[in-house]
Amino acid sequence: MSKVRVGVLYSRVRVEEKLLFEAFDRRGISLDLLDDQKLIFDITDVRNHPFRDYDVIVERCINHSRALYSLKILNDQGVKTVNTALVADICGNKLMTTSALAAAGVPQPKVLVAYTPESALEAIEQLGYPAVLKPTVGSWGRLLSKVNDRDAAEAILEHKETLGSYHHSIFYIQEYVKKPGRDIRAFQVGSETICAIYRTSPNWITNTARGGASSNCPITPEIADICTRAGRAVGGGVVAIDLFEDPDRGLLVNEVNYTMEFRNSIAPTNVDIPERMVDFCLKVAADGWDAANGWPQGAAPHLAAISLADGASA
Amino acid sequence: MAVQTASGQAACPECFAEVALTNVMQNEITQCPGCGAELEITSIAPLALTLAPQEEEDWGE
Repeated sequence: MSKVRVGVLYSRVRVEEKLLFEAFDRRGISLDLLDDQKLIFDITDVRNHPFRDYDVIVERCINHSRALYSLKILNDQGVKTVNTALVADICGNKLMTTSALAAAGVPQPKVLVAYTPESALEAIEQLGYPAVLKPTVGSWGRLLSKVNDRDAAEAILEHKETLGSYHHSIFYIQEYVKKPGRDIRAFQVGSETICAIYRTSPNWITNTARGGASSNCPITPEIADICTRAGRAVGGGVVAIDLFEDPDRGLLVNEVNYTMEFRNSIAPTNVDIPERMVDFCLKVAADGWDAANGWPQGAAPHLAAISLADGASA
Repeated sequence: MAVQTASGQAACPECFAEVALTNVMQNEITQCPGCGAELEITSIAPLALTLAPQEEEDWGE
């Protein structure tokens, strides 16, 4: 490839974006910054659109909806992206993630889905207390509810149905896993688990966005195996995988993030995560999605079509 | 197009303190050292700050 043309679709320039920009700059690659607040897509034009000359576009939006729709449009226009719309669609919605992981046989906590407060209450009682209610779309530990008893369940379900948008009446109910005061955030780039951190907190929510402390977590064969399987199950790419350590069942995948944040993970792991992301993006630009993920020709995972139609994968 | 940066000072829209900015980009998020408000750099020539937008429901990773 002569001179690679890279665009970055973004909302705000946070620490992660600056680190990524600097990593591209060190490779001598001049980026085009595509501000999602100013973009206008002509989604009916798949031939002469302004993105046709990009070798790859890297998605770094804060809004899941903007990321998902932009990636869908770009992929359908034939533009390679990191990650793909398919990955965003699966990872941006916990129900979709859980279903994809289940289909691939990746260990995870038990999850029940119900559509009414009555059936959700029944599902919670099936799982037993405590149970965890999560919005299907959301991040940073927002609006997670640990439901300790029936009184709390009834109150939360009524609040969600009354006060929330229709999304909050899709009740995603996860078994409560007794973590050892920490969980694991692992970083998967294509077929390699490049590093991981422990997120330790006295709170049951261990996100670093909520004050969890980070420290290095050595990559064991078990961590690499479950993360590589999880990454493949959601369509590959550059993803951050949250793992629980269950005392009886071993590692379980809690969720997979597709626009991952990594500012708190570089120092403890001593791994230059943005450099590894740039490697992957350039591999996608040069050789395509399957090759960048290490999938031989014809060996890419066949994921069930969900909310997106065929053509979502770049 | 290379990434454009700028350095200088701009007023915090919350507490009106002068905030020193070094090699910042448009749309970069920063924090006022005086009042702690989360700020967005909306212009680098001239440097200008606004309060960063409130978190929305589908924000995240």
